[in-house]
Amino acid sequence: MKIFYKFFFKILSLVITFLGITVVSFWVIHLAPGSPTDLQTTLNPKASTEVRERLNKIYGLDKPLSVQYINWLKRIIHFDFGYSLSGDHRPVWDKIKERLPLTLALNLISMFFIFILAIPLGILSAVYADSWFDKLTTIFVFIGFSVPGFWLALLLMLWLGIYCPIFPISGLTSLNFSELSFWGKLWDLANHLALPVMVFTFTGLAGLSRYMRSSMLEVLGQDFILLARAKGLPYKIVILKHALKNALLPVITILGLSVPGLIGGSVIIESIFALPGLGQLFYQAVMARDYPIILGNLVLGAILTLVGNLLADLGYFLADPRIRK
Amino acid sequence: MALSCFLALFAPYIAPYDPTAINVKAIFLPPCSKYWLGTDGLGRDVFSRLVYGARISLWVGFLSVGISVSIGVVLGLVAGYFGGLVDEFIMRFVDIMLCFPSFFLILAVIAFLEPSLVNIMIVIGLTSWMGVARLIRAETMSLKNREFVLAARLNGASTARILFWHILPNGLSPVLVSATLGVASAILLESGLSFLGIGVQPPTPSWGNMLMEGKDVLEVAPWLSIFPGLMILITVLGYNLLGEALRDILDPRHNK
Repeated sequence: MKIFYKFFFKILSLVITFLGITVVSFWVIHLAPGSPTDLQTTLNPKASTEVRERLNKIYGLDKPLSVQYINWLKRIIHFDFGYSLSGDHRPVWDKIKERLPLTLALNLISMFFIFILAIPLGILSAVYADSWFDKLTTIFVFIGFSVPGFWLALLLMLWLGIYCPIFPISGLTSLNFSELSFWGKLWDLANHLALPVMVFTFTGLAGLSRYMRSSMLEVLGQDFILLARAKGLPYKIVILKHALKNALLPVITILGLSVPGLIGGSVIIESIFALPGLGQLFYQAVMARDYPIILGNLVLGAILTLVGNLLADLGYFLADPRIRK
Repeated sequence: MALSCFLALFAPYIAPYDPTAINVKAIFLPPCSKYWLGTDGLGRDVFSRLVYGARISLWVGFLSVGISVSIGVVLGLVAGYFGGLVDEFIMRFVDIMLCFPSFFLILAVIAFLEPSLVNIMIVIGLTSWMGVARLIRAETMSLKNREFVLAARLNGASTARILFWHILPNGLSPVLVSATLGVASAILLESGLSFLGIGVQPPTPSWGNMLMEGKDVLEVAPWLSIFPGLMILITVLGYNLLGEALRDILDPRHNK
């Protein structure tokens, strides 16, 4: 029964958060000076006041803001974000849909690498706390945390793309992509994604590995570790079986929290490497003042974060039997 | 970090040349004895521009953190002290704001406003106060039932005086840490925005827009990209390490 209540409140808070996201996004569009019909009216000498009023009526702009909000909300629940203002006038959702997989893939691959690098680094730093290894990794991850991702990307392009050309420096596929076999295609994609993933991984390493380190340190100081050691269990087993299990728990939350950072970071990285993902679309929309696309991306980015947090909560719930009671 | 403060303060005395002076005779010169770090496509001295860029970066860093800390402190105090519905409302709002990828939100707002130094500082400030609000709320909740707060209330101190005079000073140390780290991330954000061309606008030199101008000539003039990035890295690293050191000193739990 208790679980049922918890579940109910979780859903309720999700709905409230979602509504809040839409309110903030809707408010952001209304920051724009002027009204969306200005382009056809104020800037057009032939348009009279009547024309403007008629246009406002067509777009529903004559109604109070609250009614406009409700109407807009009704549409976005059906993934109807309107049409792009750019030349092709395609539905915003279609444009987002075709770019979403690349950004998701890029983020998931990077997250995977961050995970398999940061966890061992964090464990070793904690086990050998204050050793030279700990100090070295601390400096290493702090540099990753402080380096501007786009600058690192430029340096990598210069080094691995131009001076010793190992990886292609832009785009997602080579010119002869369509002629390649399946494995050739995969290899080509991997080559193109190598540099962006490197940048993401290095810059994202710090959060998780530092967190892992402090979580591990905390667990290692607890009594049950002392007991396991006193029982005569080898140190390796104590670390890898007893301590790791407990130290990993809070890390699940951190993975969920890192979603917005990764999505936000893809704007710059995708622009530099000319990858046709969501971030690049967003950047182009900002430069072209393509409001429907900006808004659609904003809402979607927030929803992805919400989903990330939910998955993290769920993972926590499944992993920690103490919460389920 | 000290280096960047020093550069920013004494920029006019250190910079050998005017950072915006154009010299057609000295385009794309690599680093040499006359131009220490070379010149860019308009013959401007890279070293002088870096020195002046330090001003912009620190300006953005400190002011936007000032804004975010002010908002965070006020909301955190109010939420923690009054509790109940007020707290629920403010914390929900924090959760909502945390859901937006901050870079998306900043870009969206900038798209609607004119990109300028002031707007950037305000927008970064408005989108990064949530962490401080949470910290101050937690501190306030643990402090508000302590004897010294009760004593102040019995003495007839107003709520505002209790909040800002009695509770705030006692809960400030974690905020100091978070503010220091905030300066680092604000500098990083500004450079990212300027790099995309929607931050500080040329000809005002900022490390980010120097990188933007350098990126197209990466192959012929790599020094235009290497040095500004290095400055960002050193400065941001400085603030991050300072923040971490402060945490070790101020937080007794972390000390163990």
